[in-house]
Amino acid sequence: MNLAEVVGSTAAIGYGLAAIGPGVGVGLVFAAYIQSTARQPEAARITQPFLWIGFAVVEVLALLGIAFGFIWAG
Amino acid sequence: MVTGQTTVLAADVPFPPSVEDFYLPSIVPWGGDGVWFTKITLLLWLSVAILIIFFLVAYRNPKLVPDKKQWLAESVYGFVRNNIAIDMIGKEGVRFAPYLASLFSFIFVMNLWGIIPFAQISPNSHIAFPAMLAVISWVLFIYVGFQRHGIGYLKIALVPPAPWFILPILVPIEFFSNFIVRPFSLAVRLFANMFAGHMLLLVFTLGGFAMINANALLAPISVLSWLMTIALTFLDFAIIALQAYVFTVLTASYIQGSLAEGH
Repeated sequence: MNLAEVVGSTAAIGYGLAAIGPGVGVGLVFAAYIQSTARQPEAARITQPFLWIGFAVVEVLALLGIAFGFIWAG
Repeated sequence: MVTGQTTVLAADVPFPPSVEDFYLPSIVPWGGDGVWFTKITLLLWLSVAILIIFFLVAYRNPKLVPDKKQWLAESVYGFVRNNIAIDMIGKEGVRFAPYLASLFSFIFVMNLWGIIPFAQISPNSHIAFPAMLAVISWVLFIYVGFQRHGIGYLKIALVPPAPWFILPILVPIEFFSNFIVRPFSLAVRLFANMFAGHMLLLVFTLGGFAMINANALLAPISVLSWLMTIALTFLDFAIIALQAYVFTVLTASYIQGSLAEGH
């Protein structure tokens, strides 16, 4: 007798796991930017491109997770 | 324009959405097998036409006090030139401003189709388009590097200043990260953002229909799901603008790396 049964793709669980790292990483990137801006408000414009580059480089890991989740879902 | 998704109105709502939802039927002939002219093709041609015509018309008769069209065109170009090209690359960046501005506005318009009513899918959610754009940027920054440094560019790009015994590990890593991961991540970042954005909107829109059809208890919650769709559309707009900016900034930063003297 089956008490409980779960059907579906483990890719969903895999993506949840894959999103932890980029989630923490993107948080760190923005935390660092907010902190540097609070300490040195004039530097906000100078550091902004690096904020977006850092954000993009970290975020791509989560997006790879989405893409590969669908590729390997079958 | 009739879309492939207008058939979902009543009973059989396909839920959850899948990758199949990105392969739209042919427009000419409608629903036929020869899928060479789909909504994706149409939107691509429209984006190119809109950009060419807009910039030509806006700058046909430039005035000292610009009208609205000229102001818009000048702000887009000025933003890319000053805030991306010159900020990232330096004075030399002006040379690359036309390419970066075309890249920025093309990606922005292509992405914007994702939230425009009746279009509602971005051509960039098929990886072929971002891949082609990434290849162009990839060829450009390698070409610029060789043009500036000659064959010495390989040394600048591949050999970091490090003790000799660690170089056998570092050189392959640098090669992998500079020449393989860069174009790949450019393409996948843009593609996956548009793909995920479309998927999110599909989940909440179709989810609303699925709940209305399920039972009387779940039906009121479907309104919540559709409200969520509206909120996500705004989020999607932020992502659309951000991804156009990020693609352009990263291209500029790669060009800057090719022009720089050593590490």
